[in-house]
Amino acid sequence: MTQVATLPEPLADVAPPRGQHGAAAWALWLARRIGLAVLTLWLVSVVVFVATTALGDPVRAILGRDFNANKSRVAQLTAQLNLDEPLPVRYLHWLGGLFQGDMGTSLANQQPVSEQIGPTVLNTLVLVLLSALVMIPVAFGIAMISANYRRRRGDTIIQTVLLGLAGLPEFVIGILLIALFSTTVFHWLPAVTLTPTGGHPWDVPKTMILPVLTLVLAVSPYVSRIVRATLLEVLDSDYVELARLKGIPETVVMRKHALLNAVVPGIQVIALQLAWLAGGVVIVETLFNYPGIGFQLVDSVKNHDVPMVQALSMIIAAIYVGVNLLADLLSILLTPRARTAISG
Amino acid sequence: MSTTTEPSTLSKVTRQRRLMSGLVITLLVTLMALFGPLFAPYGENEVVGPPFAKQGFLGTDYLGQDVWSRLLYGGQIVLVIAVLGTLLGMVVGITIGVVAAYTGGWWDEVIMRLNDVALAFPQILLALVVLTAVAQPKAWMIILLVGISHAPRVARVARGVALGIVSRDFVYAAEALGEKRSRVILAEVLPNMNAPLLAEAGLRLTYSIGLVAALGFLGFSPDPNAANWGQMINENRLALSTQPWAVLAPVLIIGLFTIGTNLMADGIAQLADRGDR
Repeated sequence: MTQVATLPEPLADVAPPRGQHGAAAWALWLARRIGLAVLTLWLVSVVVFVATTALGDPVRAILGRDFNANKSRVAQLTAQLNLDEPLPVRYLHWLGGLFQGDMGTSLANQQPVSEQIGPTVLNTLVLVLLSALVMIPVAFGIAMISANYRRRRGDTIIQTVLLGLAGLPEFVIGILLIALFSTTVFHWLPAVTLTPTGGHPWDVPKTMILPVLTLVLAVSPYVSRIVRATLLEVLDSDYVELARLKGIPETVVMRKHALLNAVVPGIQVIALQLAWLAGGVVIVETLFNYPGIGFQLVDSVKNHDVPMVQALSMIIAAIYVGVNLLADLLSILLTPRARTAISG
Repeated sequence: MSTTTEPSTLSKVTRQRRLMSGLVITLLVTLMALFGPLFAPYGENEVVGPPFAKQGFLGTDYLGQDVWSRLLYGGQIVLVIAVLGTLLGMVVGITIGVVAAYTGGWWDEVIMRLNDVALAFPQILLALVVLTAVAQPKAWMIILLVGISHAPRVARVARGVALGIVSRDFVYAAEALGEKRSRVILAEVLPNMNAPLLAEAGLRLTYSIGLVAALGFLGFSPDPNAANWGQMINENRLALSTQPWAVLAPVLIIGLFTIGTNLMADGIAQLADRGDR
């Protein structure tokens, strides 16, 4: 399995400090890891800012054909985006605002960005967490079934199906589900998210089913392929062989000896995939008109609403960096070998 | 690479069922994308009837254009952008990864840290951020964005593969002979990375197709009037219940294409794994 080889090693990122013991070593490791996360986010902010304001011409993009005709509007927008100042000054101004919770004013409706983003961030977090909650048992379950049938027909069939699913773009899965469950074949579920005014999408639980199902189908194949590969590796190891020779039933071997050892790589993959979900929601939310940050982002990009895009992409990148940090921490806490490497 | 292994490689390839079915599917869809326009019964922008009517093979679309003809026309742009974007991403990514692995030390550290930053962007996000300040995306922009968003991911894999090679004896031997660094990389390191990188290229192509089609689906395509599988989904989405083929046909062909390239990539990876042992 080449995919397993590309998984990040939790300790590879930050080498454990030498000559320290116990809590001090831990604090040092954590401080370095958090420092790296902050550094990453800072560089991300530079990329986001430069890409949205300096690579193209936002004013020209916003005004379109009006650009040459409407000089006063050009001047007004240039002033609002501070485009007459040099790039580093503008960047520092924007970054300073971010730290104070001021993300600027939306160009589309002149409302503060932070007010518009608040509710949609919550909607997206609920969607992602719900998908993760469904995805994790499904992916591990399929991996266990598949590993149980290893080197037999059942495993081959499951793996081929998973491989096929893994390559499908999420909008393909989503549209096929809509066609199947809400428009063409059956009419069981709503094709778009129905949000009561002032409420949340999950107030109408039926509308959550298809978006969650799409994300689960898009993510589980990858996760369960990696968990299966880890399970197979463990099942062929000496200590599992010993457990079998002692006469422990295969189901107990699978549950106690194999599955527990597959948890750590599992967490790594789930973290990677959760981070991937942060991007995947862009498509899925747009497809289902789900009122989250992904839907908002696509809308803002179409409107060339620079401050909104900047804020939303920073949030998505922050979710990604945060999830990865948490995954590294969890996998070190759960791996005795890595634990002793740090505090030993 | 000795010539005597050629026939056995070929027979290994034909015996690998995943690789073969992937190759066949990919080849069929590619042929359809490339030569489809020659067989289209109507023109790309020819109005043949009322919108969303059930006439012809797959009916008509939102402007009354023939869906089957649009489907035959709409593959070229997706295929060309995806292939060029993948190539760009592979070349840039391999260069970064191999140089980082070969140089080592703090240079490696800096390159891989910057790489981590690039990885903090979900691929579609990078494209969207750049397209914000652009009025109408051009084809080269999308190729560039697809390539750049692949590069850090390819770099990580390439560095991992190269790390296993740069410490081998023949690399030291070449260095001891006084070969230039660039020559060591080109003549000694790269040729030994073939198989894993080929598998990676297949995987990247799968994601490129998805990415290009997704951008089309979101409404970002080089030419709003031209047929484009991704954009066709966007144009005809509202008629999913009345004229489903206008949406399902491009969806199914994109799905088939990505399944094909993904099977191919996995087949290559399996072959490479076995070759190592």
